Amino acid sequence: MTTIVYKKSYSAPPIDKAEALRYAGVRGDAPEISALLDECISEAAEHISYKLCFAYYPISRDGGRLNLGFAEVCSDRLAAHLEGYHGVILLAATIGISFDRLVAKEIKVSPTKALLLDGLGAERIEALCDLFCLEEAEVLAKSGETLTNRFSAGYGDLPLDLQKSIFAALDCKKNIGLTLNDSLLMSPQKSVTAIIGIKKVEK
Amino acid sequence: MKITDFLKENILILDGGMGTLLQERGLAIGELPERWSISHPEVITEIHRAYFDAGSNVVNTNTFGANSLKFSDEELEAIVCAAINNAKSARAESRGTQEKWISLDIGPTGKMLKPYGDLDFEDAVEIFAKTIRLGAKYGCDLVFIETMNDSYEAKAALLAAKENCELPVFVSCAFGEDGKLMTGGSPAAMVAMLEGMGADAIGVNCSLGPLALAPTVKQYLEYASVPVILKPNAGLPRAIDGKTVFDVSPEEFAKTTADLATLGVRAVGGCCGTTPEYISALAEKIKTVTPIPLSKKQHTIVSSYTHAVEFGSAPVLIGERINPTGKKRFKEALRAEDMDYILKEGISEEEAGAEILDVNVGLPEIDEPRLLTRAVRELQAIIDLPLQIDTADAVAMESALRIYNGKPMINSVNGKPESMAALFPLAKKYGGVIVALTLDESGIPATAEGRVEIARKILAEAEKYGIDKKDIIFDPLALTISADKDAAKETLRAIRIIREELGCHTSLGVSNVSFGLPERDVINSAFFALALANGLSAAIMNPHSTEMMKTYYACLALFGLDESCKNYLEFAQNLPKPEPTSVAPTAKSTDEYRSELERAIVKGLSDEAARLTREILPGKAPLDVVSEDIIPALDRVGDGFEKKTVYLPQLLMSAEAAGAAFEVIKQTIPAGESNGDHKVVLATVKGDIHDIGKNIVKLLLENYGFTVTDLGRDVPPERIVKAARESGATLVGLSALMTTTVPAMEETIRLLRTELPEVKTVVGGAVLTQEYADSIGADKYAKDAMEAVRYAEEIYKQ
Repeated sequence: MTTIVYKKSYSAPPIDKAEALRYAGVRGDAPEISALLDECISEAAEHISYKLCFAYYPISRDGGRLNLGFAEVCSDRLAAHLEGYHGVILLAATIGISFDRLVAKEIKVSPTKALLLDGLGAERIEALCDLFCLEEAEVLAKSGETLTNRFSAGYGDLPLDLQKSIFAALDCKKNIGLTLNDSLLMSPQKSVTAIIGIKKVEK
Repeated sequence: MKITDFLKENILILDGGMGTLLQERGLAIGELPERWSISHPEVITEIHRAYFDAGSNVVNTNTFGANSLKFSDEELEAIVCAAINNAKSARAESRGTQEKWISLDIGPTGKMLKPYGDLDFEDAVEIFAKTIRLGAKYGCDLVFIETMNDSYEAKAALLAAKENCELPVFVSCAFGEDGKLMTGGSPAAMVAMLEGMGADAIGVNCSLGPLALAPTVKQYLEYASVPVILKPNAGLPRAIDGKTVFDVSPEEFAKTTADLATLGVRAVGGCCGTTPEYISALAEKIKTVTPIPLSKKQHTIVSSYTHAVEFGSAPVLIGERINPTGKKRFKEALRAEDMDYILKEGISEEEAGAEILDVNVGLPEIDEPRLLTRAVRELQAIIDLPLQIDTADAVAMESALRIYNGKPMINSVNGKPESMAALFPLAKKYGGVIVALTLDESGIPATAEGRVEIARKILAEAEKYGIDKKDIIFDPLALTISADKDAAKETLRAIRIIREELGCHTSLGVSNVSFGLPERDVINSAFFALALANGLSAAIMNPHSTEMMKTYYACLALFGLDESCKNYLEFAQNLPKPEPTSVAPTAKSTDEYRSELERAIVKGLSDEAARLTREILPGKAPLDVVSEDIIPALDRVGDGFEKKTVYLPQLLMSAEAAGAAFEVIKQTIPAGESNGDHKVVLATVKGDIHDIGKNIVKLLLENYGFTVTDLGRDVPPERIVKAARESGATLVGLSALMTTTVPAMEETIRLLRTELPEVKTVVGGAVLTQEYADSIGADKYAKDAMEAVRYAEEIYKQ
């Protein structure tokens, strides 16, 4: 059996400014910061690409071990999260390296903007993942299936080490330019890998 | 027959995919396909043979991921040896009568190179070199570097091939739907770099089907003088009844690919999803295609990691500001290795409209090879513009060219034999467009004809090294008219003759013309306009000079190079308006604040803070400005932050405004008069690449007068200890974002404890807590930047 890794790219999903500010650590009303964020948004537009790749796997359980189709893991939290689910979507998404370069440059010029960009990047990658999940949920709903929330390596007791298997399974560098370093940090920085459970809705 | 000779007259048929075929034959998920060369030699041989039978002239060995990151040296050797032997058996067994070659397949490492990943450039070169040496040893006919989606990694692989074998080298990159590499490189930029370094054929593979790759391949055809390769996927994969099916059929694939061969593509094959059936159909179609003869393209191009800049119709602006000559503050920054200062200079030149940046860090007392390499490395990490590497030191030139990500400008060679002997071999090896000064051992000829004579001599010598004239730009040298009334006239004539008679481009350091005269911009901009009218292709100039930029935009519009005067209109709109005559500063309420400057800093108004500092400095001692205006403002914001009435972005805005005020103060007081003895070393620990938090701490510490040595990110413990020792800092700040990098922090603290027990450590970062910090032996856990500053103050009070 061969597993297909699908690739997709998107145009920019709508921006939730409040969310970006929240990631940057701003609470409450701050008009001057909000104006600066607008500047960041327009500067960042050409430096963000929205790319992701994903694959579907059936899952099975063997005592305490969970076979995810691309790897076997021991994780009570993930097992609980996937209780009653028959398969998963394995997802890797990124907004690209050009954004990292922009932030690195802005650190030299205006750390304030670098911080706001960092918040914006966090909001952008989450927005991309949300968009993907929404689309997938719509498609799967037609065949009477539903999705869990995203679950990532490093959450709870799911080892971060699983990243290695995820990167091997999705060939992330080739498909979306996403790499993993020896400390298991992802580059580009604004990237997400996640496991999303699929199950049949009981009628 | 040599493959490079075959390519002169024929279209080369490459092979198709390997991965999907292996999966169909039972390769399991997570299994490394390269091992099959040893465990299933009959399967690999059968696939190669099927491609030879289908008409392939070249098969790629099963070594895509065969590198020392994945395999031990011993296993790597066995894999490469077996892979080549399998291909050789297939060649011997095949019934095909065509010419057949075996190429050593080299895929990407799977890692990202520094600074955005953790693989060092030289380590990448060595990883590729190991595999390539084995390929040469076991008898492959050529090296095929493919599926590269990062220009820097492609450079490392090509450099490794060139340095470790005499075989022909093909380089193929994977471009996305946007027509760019994953790291942003454009086709023109890749052609410039790879061809400049001497690849024998270049092109594109993977990612997309032939139709979707057509626009990218056409750009290759436009710029490349060497044969162009096309190896597309069979379109996109779909699952039908549990089987993987690609959406482009063999017939459609063959037709579209062959159509591109009629436009000039000279090596065709397939990538993911293609099978011997695809190659057979393609070989059949190619029989009817007459190869288009290769032609030398005359584009003069330099490139950065993302894009190409071409010398041609519109003049190219080369920013001259990264150069210590005559700049006290710049020299000081160089001696202190204050890279931020240099980077800011580069960024502001980019913003002012420079298209290439000249980089010169030459000072008599510094280690130029090391500093130039560092400057190039850091500039190219954040600035998209191509660089012009400017040094008289051949060792510095080579080390900078080696790590440069693209095809740089090389500044400069001249007509002296020793200059050409030193520079031309470097240009040939690393690629580059060379700036050639028209002077030689007898000096600068007074007449245009004399300079053109030297230019001819340089071209003739370059040809001996295989350097094309398109890669040489002449600088006919502007001399000051204050010493010789005809100086400008001769330079202008030389520009025209070089352009018209030699067909070469020219570049000029324009401002020399006015040396010794008042109001130099008046002369410079007029001379610039005349030089442009005489065909000047590029100017090395100060992009912050409004007069020069006025001339530049006006000339673009006047020469018909500015559609609807769009660029001129935009430029005119942003021209500084005459300043309104002094608005009474007392109008603003200063009730809450001791001074306007304090208010500006609290409000985070950088420009205003700088302006106010300039205004009050003549009448107030610099250190009083710091203690009476700047520090109280910072304290006020800092207190607000601690009480949570001010948030981090506001705190930073104030810190930036204070920084702007400090920069003005620094220009007026000699070095060493500040809080120079309060030293702090900062670093993000080894393995970690996050540095926003660390940079915030740095900014605030500097505001409070500390001298900060910032070692950047991914810093090994030994370097941190070394920096602490050398700077004499009593405090080291360490940042780590991930649980996986906290052990590196612990190791750093341990090493500091042993080597420099008197040094204190403060740690911070997303995953850290007081408990965690205690457990790794840190002296202090700072939950935010202000707390780190307060701790630093406390340490130095003691």
